Amino acid sequence: MDRTAYDMGRIDIAWCPGCGDFAILKTLKEALPELDIPPERVVFVSGIGQAAKFPHYLRCNFFNGLHGRALPPATAIKASNPGMWVIAESGDGDMYGEGGNHLLHTIRRNPDITNIVHNNMVYGLTKGQASPTSMLGFRTPVQVEGASSEPFNPIALAIALDASFVARASAGDPKQLKEIVKRAIRHRGYALVDVFQCCVTYNKVNTYEWFKQNTYYLEESHDPTDRVAAFKRAIERGKLPLGVFYTSPDRPTFEDSVGVYREDKRPLHGRMPDRREALKMFMRTLK
Amino acid sequence: MGKRGGKGARCGPGAMTSTLADDFSIVLCGEAGQGIQTVEEALTRVLKRTGFHVFATKEYMSRIRGGNNSTAIRVSSRRVRALVDAIDLLVPLQEGAIEHMGARVAKGTVIMGERGVLGDVPGLVDVPLTEMAKELGGPVYSNIIAAGVICGILRADPAILEAYLRERFGKKGEDIVSKNLEAARRGYAIGGGLLAKGTFKVAIPPDPSVGEESLISGADAVAMGALAGGCNFIASYPMSPSTGVLTFLAQHAREFDVVVEQAEDEIAAMNMGIGAWYAGARAIVSTSGGGFALMVEGTSLAGMLESPMVIHLAQRPGPATGLPTRTEQGDLDLALHAGHGAFPRIIYAPGSIEDAVLLTHRAFNQADKHQVPVFVLTDQYLIDSYYNLPDIDWDALRAETHVTRTAKGYKRYALTGSGLSPRGIPGWGEGLVMVDSDEHDEEGHITEDPGVRTSMVDKRLRKGALVLGDSLGPELVGAKDYETLLVGWGSTYHVIREALERLGRPSVSFLHFKQVWPIPPGTEAMLRRAKRVIAIEGNPTGQFARLLKLETGVDAHHRVLKYSGRQFSVEEVARAVCDAIDGGGDA
Repeated sequence: MDRTAYDMGRIDIAWCPGCGDFAILKTLKEALPELDIPPERVVFVSGIGQAAKFPHYLRCNFFNGLHGRALPPATAIKASNPGMWVIAESGDGDMYGEGGNHLLHTIRRNPDITNIVHNNMVYGLTKGQASPTSMLGFRTPVQVEGASSEPFNPIALAIALDASFVARASAGDPKQLKEIVKRAIRHRGYALVDVFQCCVTYNKVNTYEWFKQNTYYLEESHDPTDRVAAFKRAIERGKLPLGVFYTSPDRPTFEDSVGVYREDKRPLHGRMPDRREALKMFMRTLK
Repeated sequence: MGKRGGKGARCGPGAMTSTLADDFSIVLCGEAGQGIQTVEEALTRVLKRTGFHVFATKEYMSRIRGGNNSTAIRVSSRRVRALVDAIDLLVPLQEGAIEHMGARVAKGTVIMGERGVLGDVPGLVDVPLTEMAKELGGPVYSNIIAAGVICGILRADPAILEAYLRERFGKKGEDIVSKNLEAARRGYAIGGGLLAKGTFKVAIPPDPSVGEESLISGADAVAMGALAGGCNFIASYPMSPSTGVLTFLAQHAREFDVVVEQAEDEIAAMNMGIGAWYAGARAIVSTSGGGFALMVEGTSLAGMLESPMVIHLAQRPGPATGLPTRTEQGDLDLALHAGHGAFPRIIYAPGSIEDAVLLTHRAFNQADKHQVPVFVLTDQYLIDSYYNLPDIDWDALRAETHVTRTAKGYKRYALTGSGLSPRGIPGWGEGLVMVDSDEHDEEGHITEDPGVRTSMVDKRLRKGALVLGDSLGPELVGAKDYETLLVGWGSTYHVIREALERLGRPSVSFLHFKQVWPIPPGTEAMLRRAKRVIAIEGNPTGQFARLLKLETGVDAHHRVLKYSGRQFSVEEVARAVCDAIDGGGDA
């Protein structure tokens, strides 16, 4: 398939020069053609924030909805048309803060979607406040004495909820990022990829260099089906592991469980329902 | 109806009372979980199948066990569809139940129950239900004995009663069936005896064609209307009194191929619904005021994305948690103004069970056609009421879709004269479907261009004219040359209608709105023709009257408002209208 299928040509991109988002964008634009997925079969769903502008910068269908609310429409889109590839892509504030409740319940539901979270540990679009993943002591114009809440650990949370695929990658290593993202897209079931990414404007602590010094890849011998081992790795202090932490591939997907595709595989729009006869019959049962 | 308040009734005491005839009002009152529902279910089915018109509605407390709940059942030879205060037969199942019914227990009310439970109640018709049930094998049989007594009083067809009990208890085995049959027989004999003694003066001639009609509740009606409208997706969070619609669709999901999801919250439900429409499904959310408050941003999203959306908003009294299981028409302002920014919307307010079917069906087609959010505004009273009705003309209820297959270069928000852009869905056609909650250009990409912004706002608002053109006008009940015009909307339809009949004043007519937004064309002229406009609505501020004034310049002369959490009764409306006309003061 055409390697440039997702290219938009020359467009104005709202990200700051040097932003980690560019590497993620390039990765997706390469990964999707490599997976032979045409743009017409993909729906990107995002919320609000700098990362949430992502779908505007590659050729695809997209639903750029409300702040924190990418996962519910992503789930519904997949459930209405399981033939589509659905990727929910947004930032740490959007997915882990405003949309935290949806994250929990989407993991429980297990729709066959990919969830890519740009995690730069800061709020960019609102100009530099703490995000749920900001480190303790991270100073901002609002957290003037430094962030005092324990950083949100999406990997540990996802494993605790038996998410079907849990990985972390770094925008600083596009090669590995692409491999992990491709695995996540191919995975059947909900797949979380938390992507470390630098905010060059508002996060002067967690820089490219910081991520390089403070991350390492899970070794080949790590067994992603061992939930307890995966959880231990997820809560390690100090250097943060990258790679595929955990997979629970046997969980049924949300689309499997909704029932409407058991016999009929067509998407909902392909079977415009005419209930007139059925309703007439049903009325007779209400006597 | 019947002999009550016949023609020429005048205001004042006595106008609303009458001797018993062919319109009988029963109230069952007891604690939650005591089995009122079993009696209600048995009675309404058996009486309807016998050929009597029935209407039932309930009021209940926000608790799972205990308290005092009541179900009112009207039985008549004519169609009965409204709540009355009058009680001909009160069946209190526990101490305190009589007090619970308050002033509705009047001179003509016969109280039937157990002296052992109720104590010394003057005039009590003592039926030892518990003792009789014990003889049959346990207290559970007391409900069917009670149902039997009432069937006896009303001379329900015993064969129909027996058939019903076989159908109801058949799965539990022959022993249980025969005990219930015996319970019903013994009850029926008691009821027959009371009738013979003249305790009750009631004689309702059955009409066999009524037996063929169906009993549908407001909740069933909304759900069936949704199905007729092609609904194949519901995401909702349970909340009284809206939950019945979610439950109905869940229980019939397999027959009708509906994706049903209980969302983690109303925010998720609404955003799922919009996502489903985007992908080509036809979605509804069902909620109540507090839940809808959480959907407000999503409503605005539907406005911006130009997404169809159907919102069933079953009203209950607020603010905040308010009265969770009670009724009010208090969320009109909320539905009307929900969502930041300007965008067209439609608000329907069914006045009857039939309306609930037809308007919910219509909501789907209108939402799809105009790419706007459409509300179906019901309330606890309508949702929890039911009556028999002739078959709906299902053949007339087609699900209409306006989705287009996209071509290369498709623009979701192409500027058009009408304001409507052809709606494509992802994965169907060669084009890409791009939607954004930010202001966007014709393709769907973010823009801050002032010219594009202005033309997009204008485009969205142009759809308002299309919506208005598809309006459902108000229904005029009564003569066209009225002096006094009663104005109501939503669930008060049958109550006001029956009050009007009882008043029997030819100069008074009733204008009922089932579309409360946009205000249908011609409304102003109808209001201006009246010398006196009396607005009747179930909220403390007269929300609809205010809206009418804003839109037409006509201010209601009187406002009859109720916000106790209970529905208006026929008598109450009749009295209030009399007071307004004769007293001249604000009712």
